[in-house]
Amino acid sequence: MNFVTNTISSASRWNARKQPLNRLGSILWKIVRAVLVLGICYIVLYPLIAKVSSAFMGRQDVFDASVVWVPRNATLQNFKDAYYLLGYKQAFFNSLMLSISSAVLQALSCALVGYGFARLKFKGSNILFSLVIFTIVIPPQTIMIPTYLHYRFFDVLGIYKLFTGKEGIDILGTLWPFLLSSVTGMGIKAGLYIFIFRQFFRGFPKELEEAAYVDGMGVFGTFVRIMLPNALTVMVTVFLFAFVWQWNDSYYANLYLGGSARVLSAQLAYLPGNITRITRDPSYTSLIINAGMLLVIVPVFLLYLFAQRYFVEGIERTGIVG
Amino acid sequence: MKKKRYFSLEKKKSLTGIVFVSPWIIGFVSLLLSPLLQSIQFSMSELNVTDTGFTTIFIGLKNFRQSLAVDANFNRLLVNEIKNMLLNVPLITFFSLFAATLLSQEFKGRMLARAIFFLPVVLTSGVISYLDNGNYMLQLLGMAGSDAEANFSAFSSLDLEALLLQGGMPPSIVAYLTGAVDRIYQIVTSSGIQIIIFLAALQSISPSLYEAARIEGSTEYEMFWEITFPMISPYILINTIYTIIDSFYNNNVTSYIQDMAFNNFKFGVSSAMSWIYFLAIAVILIVVTGIISKRVFYQE
Repeated sequence: MNFVTNTISSASRWNARKQPLNRLGSILWKIVRAVLVLGICYIVLYPLIAKVSSAFMGRQDVFDASVVWVPRNATLQNFKDAYYLLGYKQAFFNSLMLSISSAVLQALSCALVGYGFARLKFKGSNILFSLVIFTIVIPPQTIMIPTYLHYRFFDVLGIYKLFTGKEGIDILGTLWPFLLSSVTGMGIKAGLYIFIFRQFFRGFPKELEEAAYVDGMGVFGTFVRIMLPNALTVMVTVFLFAFVWQWNDSYYANLYLGGSARVLSAQLAYLPGNITRITRDPSYTSLIINAGMLLVIVPVFLLYLFAQRYFVEGIERTGIVG
Repeated sequence: MKKKRYFSLEKKKSLTGIVFVSPWIIGFVSLLLSPLLQSIQFSMSELNVTDTGFTTIFIGLKNFRQSLAVDANFNRLLVNEIKNMLLNVPLITFFSLFAATLLSQEFKGRMLARAIFFLPVVLTSGVISYLDNGNYMLQLLGMAGSDAEANFSAFSSLDLEALLLQGGMPPSIVAYLTGAVDRIYQIVTSSGIQIIIFLAALQSISPSLYEAARIEGSTEYEMFWEITFPMISPYILINTIYTIIDSFYNNNVTSYIQDMAFNNFKFGVSSAMSWIYFLAIAVILIVVTGIISKRVFYQE
């Protein structure tokens, strides 16, 4: 009995002696951690803030050495120039239509395909699924030329050629290539979405579906009435990612829409060239470019601000992890 | 009397499975498989595209010889890109693990920090990183040295380099370190998704493991290497593969391949180059997966 109380009291004395050291250690760590987190945030935010600050600067401020962050002659002229040179109104509308339609189609079709892989076992489903992963790995440039020709002379199973003798319809320059690839689950990073949906549906309790079958619903009915409503958060996440990646994508926009692509991502690439119509002054050029970049980024940035939770937590909840 | 054959529920389900997956199968065959095969054909022929159709003339391996032996830029670009990737991928993986560890602890403003770390994923696109060439204005004002590789110039590490060399570090290590510092911006902006995956992985480790370890008296350091590291090792593999694929998605080599096709109209050569590029990626992926898989700790 004595032994026990002695040990307990000496242990607590030892602990009490260590307490200030522990507290010092944890305070130090808190400071180090704060510095590191702030440092990384700074690295991420610095270019953004620099762009904002320079986009509002008047021409005189560029050569004014005392102006570092806050412009002295704040002006909206850069934005007006960028707005005009980007053909913003039309390009914004086109980008919006393109991104929304392809994102919606991708979310729906990948959900369909993902559910098929998750629940409905058929022969060779594993091999097919590994092919899905293959679509993410393969660089798009490998099939760039054949895909281009495929849409340049578009023909389903040679029917068009049968009727008219011509090679095929040219559907480049329209939204059709994007819509077709989204509907068939082969859009940008579609393999990833299919993987996400499969993981999600796999984690679902089978009892729900079995109850539906007992009640007489067909497989498709079960999917639409029961599985989809439950998958709403995943659908929103996939929609958001698909929207953002489509908005920012310039590769497919250039490939399918050609040189006159009136979407924001492509127009932004032409901006440095177009600016020479207004000025050849390199400092002024950089102001307009920054304003232009902001104009293209802002819609997606606002979307991120409001839906940030869905982006970040979406990945955690999709079941890639755990 | 005819016997009606009923499909069992299992059979019905597997048939509907095929129906559900069929849009994808159509897409895969028409938009990946057949273009892939065509691309092999193009890489071994000379392609002419006119307004009414296209014709191919078989010329064997001439395009491959052209890209590897004759073309002035392709080899150099490819090797540079691979070197870049080999350098960046470990840095990105370590950094994102580190950032995820930071974020997994509770502190004020954690949600905000998480949102900021993930921001680059949403904001970067091919065009923006191309235009973000070290910010013209700063270069003009001479505020920072311009890096030949067009990395974000404000983070130039000229001072760090001089300091380390004076301190007596061997130049090769100094070069590696300053290269790392110059790449900081690149690494931080490419880590968004990896950070989130690691974060989710860290949070999925059951705390009872740590509790048991603490009772046994292990230190934080031991706990990291004996518990945390093995438990997240599958995700190290996933992230490494994702980072490799991401770095090969949009870079100098791909722009060159696109240029060769649509600006120089040398479709056959461009196809051959893209196949060489693809094979290089495939080999790297297989090797890396093989190496890392051996060390991944799988729970039974």
